[in-house]
Amino acid sequence: MRSNDTTYTILDNSWIGANTKLMLLEGPTEEFTRPGQFVNIAVPGFTLRRPISVCDIEGDTLTIVYDVVGGGTETLANMKAGQKLDILAALGNGFDISRCGEQPVLLAGGVGCPPIYSLAKHMIANDILPTVILGFNSDKRMIMIEQFENLDIPFYVATLDGSYGEKGYVTDVIRTEGLNPDYFYACGPLPMLKAICGQLSIPGQVSLEARMGCGFGACMCCSLETTRGAKRICKEGPVFEKDELIWK
Amino acid sequence: MEMTEHTENRPARDLRVKLGNVELKNPVIPASGCFGYGYGMSEYYDIDVLGSISFKGTTLEPRFGNPLPRVAECTAGMINSVGLQNPGIEAVISEELPKMREAFHGPIIANISGFSIEEYRECCRRIDGEKQVEIIELNVSCPNVHGGGMAFGTCATSVADVVKAVKEVTTLPVYVKLSPNVTDIVAIARAAEEAGADGLCVINTLLGMRIDLKTRKPVIANVMGGFSGQAVFPVALRMVWQVSHAVNIPVIGCGGVATADNVLEMMMAGASAVEVGTANLINPWACRDIIDALPAAMEKYGIESLSELGR
Ligand SMILES: Cc1cc2nc3c(=O)[nH]c(=O)nc-3n(C[C@H](O)[C@H](O)[C@H](O)COP(=O)(O)OP(=O)(O)OC[C@H]3O[C@@H](n4cnc5c(N)ncnc54)[C@H](O)[C@@H]3O)c2cc1C
Ligand SMILES: Cc1cc2nc3c(=O)[nH]c(=O)nc-3n(C[C@H](O)[C@H](O)[C@H](O)COP(=O)(O)O)c2cc1C
Ligand code: FES
Repeated sequence: MRSNDTTYTILDNSWIGANTKLMLLEGPTEEFTRPGQFVNIAVPGFTLRRPISVCDIEGDTLTIVYDVVGGGTETLANMKAGQKLDILAALGNGFDISRCGEQPVLLAGGVGCPPIYSLAKHMIANDILPTVILGFNSDKRMIMIEQFENLDIPFYVATLDGSYGEKGYVTDVIRTEGLNPDYFYACGPLPMLKAICGQLSIPGQVSLEARMGCGFGACMCCSLETTRGAKRICKEGPVFEKDELIWK
Repeated sequence: MEMTEHTENRPARDLRVKLGNVELKNPVIPASGCFGYGYGMSEYYDIDVLGSISFKGTTLEPRFGNPLPRVAECTAGMINSVGLQNPGIEAVISEELPKMREAFHGPIIANISGFSIEEYRECCRRIDGEKQVEIIELNVSCPNVHGGGMAFGTCATSVADVVKAVKEVTTLPVYVKLSPNVTDIVAIARAAEEAGADGLCVINTLLGMRIDLKTRKPVIANVMGGFSGQAVFPVALRMVWQVSHAVNIPVIGCGGVATADNVLEMMMAGASAVEVGTANLINPWACRDIIDALPAAMEKYGIESLSELGR
């Protein structure tokens, strides 16, 4: 049974990008089983919880990285160290690293980077060496570059306007660098995920987003039609296998 | 030792209530669509503490439901347009109910939806006789495909027609879950009672919508959806009051309930039991927390037995 201790204390809440904050939280972390799982945060003043991926776990601290896009994330951004949050932890399936092939590549864009960071760390801890490629619109939107560099694994950045790293999409980097991945993991904006699934002939896993009612499987507000029937993004997802997805 | 003395000094609080002949150990029932088929929630707590469970609206055939986004937020509430996603009555009976019965051993409320009278009737015929299913709850907020798409629940004669058709195929108590999106809910309630309904559930969601200021388009793919949550409590309470004063069958109060005090208020308005929907989505322990808080709330307001409230 899940613990109903849902109280987390903010240890830090700082800007790490033009529109992005990193929040360090202290609280129960035992229930997390896989990278790519998410938390659902009750934001004071808002009815529905806000789903945010876990970026890192160290002991009883948890890191999330979030873009400020609307009222909920704005309120989060204004919160201070010492304040408490009510958070449902360890939601969703997360990435399965048992089928990562010989040469996995990890692809992320924007706030798809945080869960990919936790995946990379998890793989390294399990003696798997992934290649990471991050994509951004421009250098002004880049986040987490240093953290990824510190992982000491093959690492590339692509920007659409060429202001940093290679000019183009993450998939372009695979070609120009002559990489030969046999499995991919991806998280980022939907058009990026669609392009990745369309352009890469290798199998892989993709993490999706949806507006959620509950985040834990009770309401069916997040259902996705897959090749293996209807699935809930919050419960059977957010990570799906490429061949489950039906692109419209 | 001290603990025992302390509790002995308090009068025992009796949480039991009755819906007709169906006895519930407490009045708290997760509302349809906000608790799946129950068993998924046993990750969070032992759902056997619940008075009953109303399972997800079930139709004859499997339905995937509406496109995403299906949910929008609003102040103290939410709007949903799930579109009755469910695996169909056969899969509910063969796959969901057995799992539900492993986790929950009390009376189950079967929430049945339909887009034609025949569909309601066929679903009820098949669910009749299923172990633990002790009440059928008809969701009449669906559009009648033979009635120009008007929701059954907005017309007294169609509600009566559904009830009569269903009563022919089942001996289970039949409750009608009324839509609040009507001019005169009392007229519909009376029509249901006259047609033979054994009880009523008041209310289903209110029709609402939101527009995304950035895209200037409706948030919900289907444009409109059902508005629920704490914001609707006063509307639901008012309708429970009106309806329970107009009929002689039990009324389940539903809409915006989130606390033990809300439960007492609903029962004082005339409800015999209470369904809790949206609150579960925000706090997965909501129903258990409400049940745990009821004895203290009863003590505070001098209520010894819940059945002394309501009707
Ligand atoms: C599984 C999952 C993991 C996520 N991980 C991250 C992350 O690590 N970092 C990050 O910055 N963002 C992440 N998101 C997106 C994040 O949930 C939204 O940006 C956030 O909910 C916006 O809330 P708001 O109140 O600021 O925006 P508003 O637009 O005011 O929100 C209104 C409503 O829409 C919902 N909503 C709006 N945008 C999204 C969205 N993209 N996805 C889901 N719901 C949305 C909100 O939750 C809220 O219910 C994730 C989403 C999901 C589903
Ligand atoms: C996500 C969601 C799904 C629902 N699905 C159903 C359903 O299948 N059948 C039904 O009769 N009511 C359904 N309802 C309505 C609820 O059972 C309840 O009547 C309504 O939400 C008001 O109560 P609340 O304010 O406590 O949520 C649903 C509500 C929500 C929020
Ligand atoms: S958001 Fe409620 S089931 Fe996924």
